[in-house]
Amino acid sequence: MTAGTQVSGEVVTAAPAEPAEPHETRADLKRKDNRAWWLVLPVVVSVAFTAIIPLMTVVNFSVQDVFSPTERVFVGLDWFYEAVRRPENREAFVRTLLFSAQVLLVEIPLGVAIAVAMPRRGFWVSVALVLVALPLLIPWNVVGTIWQIFARADIGLGGWTVNNVLGIGFNYTLDSTDAWITILVMDVWHWTPLVALLAYAGLRSIPEPYFQAAQIDGASGWATFRHIQLPRLRGVLTIAILLRFMDSFMIYTEPFVVTGGGPGNATSFLSILLSKIAVGQFDVGPAGAFSLIYFLIVQVLCYVFFTVLTRSGR
Amino acid sequence: MTLILDGVSVRQRGETWLDDITLELSNGLTTVVGPMTAGKTTLMRVAAGLLPPDSGRVTVNGKDVTGISVRKRSVAFVYQQFINYPSLTVYENIASPLRLDPRFRGDGIDRRVREVAELMGIAGLLDRRPAELSGGQQQRTAIARALARPVDVLLLDEPLANLDFKLREQLRADLKAMFADAPGVVLYSTADPNEALTFAAPTVVLGEGRVQHTGDVAEMYDHPPTLAVAATLSDPPLNLLPGVVRDGRIECLGTSFPAPRAQATGHDVMLGIRPHQVRIDRDGPGALELPAEIRLAEVTGSATFLHLLLKGGRHLVAHLPGTRPFTPGESTVAYVDPAHIFVFDEAGGRLLSTSAAEVDLHG
Repeated sequence: MTAGTQVSGEVVTAAPAEPAEPHETRADLKRKDNRAWWLVLPVVVSVAFTAIIPLMTVVNFSVQDVFSPTERVFVGLDWFYEAVRRPENREAFVRTLLFSAQVLLVEIPLGVAIAVAMPRRGFWVSVALVLVALPLLIPWNVVGTIWQIFARADIGLGGWTVNNVLGIGFNYTLDSTDAWITILVMDVWHWTPLVALLAYAGLRSIPEPYFQAAQIDGASGWATFRHIQLPRLRGVLTIAILLRFMDSFMIYTEPFVVTGGGPGNATSFLSILLSKIAVGQFDVGPAGAFSLIYFLIVQVLCYVFFTVLTRSGR
Repeated sequence: MTLILDGVSVRQRGETWLDDITLELSNGLTTVVGPMTAGKTTLMRVAAGLLPPDSGRVTVNGKDVTGISVRKRSVAFVYQQFINYPSLTVYENIASPLRLDPRFRGDGIDRRVREVAELMGIAGLLDRRPAELSGGQQQRTAIARALARPVDVLLLDEPLANLDFKLREQLRADLKAMFADAPGVVLYSTADPNEALTFAAPTVVLGEGRVQHTGDVAEMYDHPPTLAVAATLSDPPLNLLPGVVRDGRIECLGTSFPAPRAQATGHDVMLGIRPHQVRIDRDGPGALELPAEIRLAEVTGSATFLHLLLKGGRHLVAHLPGTRPFTPGESTVAYVDPAHIFVFDEAGGRLLSTSAAEVDLHG
């Protein structure tokens, strides 16, 4: 070992290629790297307590039959088979999927349409923004309560109007379709503004010259939307679709408040069914298996959505 | 083909963006040169019909088009940003203006697209989308789109400003050839005086929303009629030093030279000196001598920009050929031939010698 390499090995501690003293250099780097763990640790601890440990508890429950805190039997994957086989669960799954599909089909185009119609500059921008954002500021359970009363056939403004002014028989406490429509309209009212605001932000980021160029080319309003605005909205719409899918697939509070899952099972979505099993019947084993499957479904569908949306149109 | 702007003014939010612009443009290229906020883009937008003027008229071929929407006019526009339809291929981007033009159908469109793409050197990229192109290729596509349809008025608003140096040089040379056979009026705006000088076309110098001067750009460069024109056409920026007229001579920072024209003693004047006219070595008698301290030497490879601090805290930049070692903090003397100094009066007008034998020497 020459003096030269020694010197460079000392000075350039961050050069692992130096063959002179590889062990010491690597040890040096390791010691330095380890300090970063202290920065990550708070996150690891908080994620462990808020996500990993609760999830592991659920995994633990899902493979046992719990009779009492001291009496448990290991049952393997029995609860998972049961969760998949139970017709009640399958129906709730189809119901939830249908609801999410309808939510996306209505809210995404409607949100984009509202965003396109919103003013681009001037005094009315702030007015429009406040009006559109209003439903987003209301807590979920309050939204539920508002609609529970609003849609009532006897004293609710909406329900009464439909019955007595439009002359259509409407009662969400008795009719399954009416209950479904009430929940859907409520979700559209509550969450379309989110899509509209995201889309509006996306539209605002399009430089003015694009619209001028389209004008010069004599492009129609539809062509401008199709070839300038829509391609430029890809990013925000991907986020909007993912958010709205996840939220609507896990919808709980609003139908719980408005219909409680009824009439019958008409609005028993997966989350409502799950809480009945877990909290109502205290069957933590089946509920654990159910939630893990639920969790996986959301993960897989989001992955599929994300992949499709980011790949298409390339 | 003619495009006439007659007393056009644009006021926005209490500010005057264009002030009584009157221009008469005929077939071929006209360059508009001016600094930022001179009103170049506003002028282009008014000429296109994207922005209705608050007063004044726009006439194309003798027809008043002031109130006519841009959709019904025969114009094309190239922006500083690279504006293409993101969802369409290069081919479709170039074809899009042709699809709405009754003069082009079927094969005609295809032939024209390929012809223009060939011209702009993007024939190999027709199947790509704008996101898959480099900046230079995107701007070539945008220019091809503008050139595809023969229009009465072709407007290019600083099209090369967002490109890097080498691409700019390349595209500039290509454009010059292309404008030569454009069928209508071509209006090209730029903030870069070198670009205007390269095109060597009739030039409009715009400043503060007004037409400062129009004419041949080389002529304006050599004999700037006003301070605004001299400053706009100088790159690197014009050095400005204050002076006072005294007994037929102009005094500046403790030295003096004969005034180009008799002026009453006590008049304030402004001296404009192009950086490349400043010398560090004495080359002949009669030069103005300005003692200076070297602050900074920027070596670009083929030239050295020397930043000098003069008496009274005045700054002077010298553009010297070749690379030479300079030590910041050292004292030196800057020499300037009075023949190369532009003298402007308080209003910014140039003081020219009364004799026909002009003092200025070209360059």
